[in-house]
Amino acid sequence: MTSPAPAAQLAQLAQLNVATLSHPLDDPRIAPFVELLDPVNAAADGAPGFVWRLVGDGAADATGLRPAGEDVIVNMSVWESPEALWDFTYRSGHLDVVRRRREWFERHVEAHLVLWWVPAGHRPSLDEALERLADLRANGPSPRAFTFASAYPAPDGIVGAVR
Amino acid sequence: MEDIDAIAALQDPVRRRLYEYVAAQGREVGRNEAAEATGVARTLAAHHLDRLAEAGLLETGSRRLTGRSGPGAGRPAKVYARARTERSVSLPARDYRTAAELLAEAAEEAGLDAGLGAAAHRRGEALRAAAGPCRDLAEALEVLAARGYEPYPERARTADREVLRMRNCPFHAVAENFPPLVCGMNLALLEGLLGADGPLRARMDARPGECCVVVEDSKNNVD
Repeated sequence: MTSPAPAAQLAQLAQLNVATLSHPLDDPRIAPFVELLDPVNAAADGAPGFVWRLVGDGAADATGLRPAGEDVIVNMSVWESPEALWDFTYRSGHLDVVRRRREWFERHVEAHLVLWWVPAGHRPSLDEALERLADLRANGPSPRAFTFASAYPAPDGIVGAVR
Repeated sequence: MEDIDAIAALQDPVRRRLYEYVAAQGREVGRNEAAEATGVARTLAAHHLDRLAEAGLLETGSRRLTGRSGPGAGRPAKVYARARTERSVSLPARDYRTAAELLAEAAEEAGLDAGLGAAAHRRGEALRAAAGPCRDLAEALEVLAARGYEPYPERARTADREVLRMRNCPFHAVAENFPPLVCGMNLALLEGLLGADGPLRARMDARPGECCVVVEDSKNNVD
């Protein structure tokens, strides 16, 4: 999917989420989560403010990519604003998936979600995303790497998307 | 305005009826509609609606209520909707909100979702006590209204049946900060409240601006 940057440069919000599976993805105990992948990803694609999400080569989602460890699945996407991402994450069918997180994932002691601003049209790489997560874990929230609870406005030089 | 002054503005019975009507609609309401619904004259309704807005209990806007636009559509009308600001008064002073936020933060960090859900389910059952499972949506509507959820019936999207949605989240501030934990707690509480073996069930079906749970016949397939 390509979406050319608009003439006026807009900031968009990138997010990376990592989750450590309690069992392999093909284990029957994880099956309820796997069944929810397609409908919830489809809901994301159609959600207000959705821009882009990472998928593996020839795959419908990113669960086959394991850049952060063999048992760690990742989820990366770009949104028009923190509000749009929040509404999808916690005010759509996705909420029921995160509500059941303890059934499928190990509890993370460190941050498992990181947000950062990117110029409109930019598609973050996994290296870039993991570097932001490491930044958040090492230094706490900053304009380079933050969370919903510690959101930063779009940086100077990039005009934040307005809903 | 201090919370106690805003709440005191509701002491007038006409004003309180108007506030309750506007709040229950979950949308913008014009002066004529509010006057007719509460059975008071339009000028009196307008006066009290503006006093409620001054107290910060209602927000105002202006809309063309006819649905027309352009020349001949008429002057925009003043409309009112419930303000989102929370008001509370406790005498003597209490601060359960800070306690709730701290407990939620600790529970989130410790991953106590299952334990919290179990406690919420037990509480829901205890609140129901001897009454047994809710028998139908009308009874559930009363039970949920009494607990502040502001329930309303809605025709389901995919079938010719009714479900209950809820306009208000009684746990709003903590739910916004810890959604999976607190929304999961709320779902468990409602499951206990409705009763496990009754004809109704609670299911998570979140959408913006409302409680994340829908109540429906347990016979219905998930759509």
